[in-house]
Amino acid sequence: MLDCGFSTRSIHSVFTRHSSRVALLDRLAMNDGITTTQRPNQETSLLHAATDALGPERTPPAAQSTDHGANVELVIEPKSGWVAVDFRELWLFHELLWFLVWRDIKVRYKQTVLGVAWAVLVPVFSVTIFTIIFGNFAKLKYELPAELIAVYPVYVYAGLLPWLFFSNAISVGGQTLVSQRQLLTKIYFPRLFVPTATVTSGLVDMAISFGVFAVMMAIYGVVPSPRIVLLPLLILLAWAASLGIAFTLSALTVTYRDFRFVIPFMVQAWQFVSPVVYPTTIVPERYRYFYALNPLAGIIEGFRSVIFGTPFPWAMLCISTLSTAALLVYGVMYFRKTERRFADIA
Amino acid sequence: MNKPIITVENLGKAYRLGQQEEQYPTFRDALVGMAKAPLRRFQQLSGSGNDELFWAVKDVSFDINRGEVVGLIGRNGAGKSTLLKILSRITEPTSGRAVLRGRVASLLEVGTGFHPELSGRENIYLNGSILGMKKVEIDRKFDEIVAFAEVEQFLDTPVKRYSSGMYVRLAFAVAAHLEPEILIVDEVLAVGDAQFQKKCLGKMQEVSTGEGRTVLFVSHNMSAVTELCQRALMFRDGQLVNSGPTANVVDEYLQCGSSDLKHYFEPKIDEDREASLLSAAVHDSSGDSVAVVRFGEPWSVTSSWEVRRPLPLASASLRIFDLSGRLILVSNTVGLPTAFFENPGRRDVTCSFPINVLRPGQYFLTIGLWVRGRGAIDEHERCISFHVSDLPHDPEYTYTAAGNPAAVAPSDWSFRNNTEPALTGGV
Repeated sequence: MLDCGFSTRSIHSVFTRHSSRVALLDRLAMNDGITTTQRPNQETSLLHAATDALGPERTPPAAQSTDHGANVELVIEPKSGWVAVDFRELWLFHELLWFLVWRDIKVRYKQTVLGVAWAVLVPVFSVTIFTIIFGNFAKLKYELPAELIAVYPVYVYAGLLPWLFFSNAISVGGQTLVSQRQLLTKIYFPRLFVPTATVTSGLVDMAISFGVFAVMMAIYGVVPSPRIVLLPLLILLAWAASLGIAFTLSALTVTYRDFRFVIPFMVQAWQFVSPVVYPTTIVPERYRYFYALNPLAGIIEGFRSVIFGTPFPWAMLCISTLSTAALLVYGVMYFRKTERRFADIA
Repeated sequence: MNKPIITVENLGKAYRLGQQEEQYPTFRDALVGMAKAPLRRFQQLSGSGNDELFWAVKDVSFDINRGEVVGLIGRNGAGKSTLLKILSRITEPTSGRAVLRGRVASLLEVGTGFHPELSGRENIYLNGSILGMKKVEIDRKFDEIVAFAEVEQFLDTPVKRYSSGMYVRLAFAVAAHLEPEILIVDEVLAVGDAQFQKKCLGKMQEVSTGEGRTVLFVSHNMSAVTELCQRALMFRDGQLVNSGPTANVVDEYLQCGSSDLKHYFEPKIDEDREASLLSAAVHDSSGDSVAVVRFGEPWSVTSSWEVRRPLPLASASLRIFDLSGRLILVSNTVGLPTAFFENPGRRDVTCSFPINVLRPGQYFLTIGLWVRGRGAIDEHERCISFHVSDLPHDPEYTYTAAGNPAAVAPSDWSFRNNTEPALTGGV
């Protein structure tokens, strides 16, 4: 079986050589006073001494609260086709998701001069430019309901809140698997958590922008409508839409690095088809439901409605919710299907 | 539970040889590929496409029982790491199956998920969580981890400012405190200083013996494998070629792996010299010509010489260097009452060492014939390379010496009771 010259030695020679060795080693052991030699029932080794010194006995595994699959047979075998989401496993690992989110948040503004201020500066600069170019020069603000023309910057900002969250989530989220290939190739954990953590950590930026938004509303004297209580649902929808796209794009980017170049362009184009600087009313009525297939259309309109008290876009939101659900389901399915190859090609 | 904790049946992992090109395939390539797919599939089915596959792991089957510590050995590319990746669920097998009956933690790299910008404290939590620990578990073991890593003062310093040693210590400390039922470890001891390596080995030993945990351990450090594992699996070209008690498998591995060692030397003979070396070889205690000799056992070096002119003052010499080129040991016949090279002819010279004092590792041998006052008549620098192994046939005894000495010599120590009255202080 083996193509190397291995000579079998007789048991006898092993024994005789062994005994001379024992004598030598006995002396060595005494000589050094330090040894890893272990004799039965003797706790003299340095290693044991060192590890014993570490403190109290560790609690036996049985004392652990929950295990990642204790007493469970884990079968590893080739899979093919679509793979269902293992929700039980996601739950077992849920703490890791929070650690990943927490890491992304902690790390995001490290070694920047302005730090978290960027979360404020980006929307403020954008609002300024959009107000001047689109609002005044392109006169888009006159498309707004009369009572809102004066508060065009607030109107734009209300659209920018979900938009910046979304665009950031898909551009960073799309790269997230590639940028964390170090993790993918060295350890197992539910891969869905990688884009999820990236997208979720963006909510912190959104929260900071909301602070600025509140100040702006106060300055312009905008009072939120009572429907503001629906805002968390809209944010949830924006989160779900971002996740759906981030799952798809991150899985695609692992396989086809072309998407590195596609994503920035996609984000730019997406902004024009989302009602960030204009109201949906400029879209011809007959196209409006088609337009609402863009989840951001319904979400941004919803944001503005709950803030300014304009009519709530039920129909558009329904369509946007459906398309978000479709995106999310497709994203998860595509991700799960391609997941098994990530470690090989990342 | 009587069932083995790990059952591996005909496990295989194939990579497409074209994978290299497919690493960064463009969308266009994919579209072209899609158009060509039926043809390719046809080729694969008809068998002509078989050579496109490279089997990193092929048809591997074995069982591992609860509490066993098993070493996986083999040269680079033998498939050990791929196997560990499959068992850690990082990559999916192409064929076969494996069943794991317990909580698995794998340690394929030291410091997986460490973020350079985060502090030591933060990284303990992040890394612990990535390795599968619960937050309460990390809380409970936090002080122990910090003490093990010896980084108390730097807990709040970003790890990017850590020395590489500190970094490794911290990373291993987290991993060492995992409490899985199955621990999968890939060559993590290759990093860190000797002292810390020993500490890690001790920790792993404690983990396996003290708490009945199953450990799968890949290493090129044969001393570590021998010290830690009861059983070893040897891989070559993706296949399991040997399995059994560690000492036997490691022994075989070293003999096979020593093909690049040159334990037998035949130089090109220079007829103009007054004497020249014909051949030289390393022998073990049973007299076989080998590349691997054991620590603590007898061994010898033989050489054959052609003496063409009388060299009454000649002496044979051996010089042994370690891998780093340090001269470790010299032996020669200077001063011996011998006139072996006085007359022309062929001479066989044997230099025997009753006990091998060289510590385990690789060595080079320089062999030569010298004449006092004239220098070397014929000398071959580092013409032989050989390996000293540490292979206890009884796990109780193994090479051990603190401080990394070049050689360890046996010595006679004697003890007797001193009957003189003890000195008392303050007189």
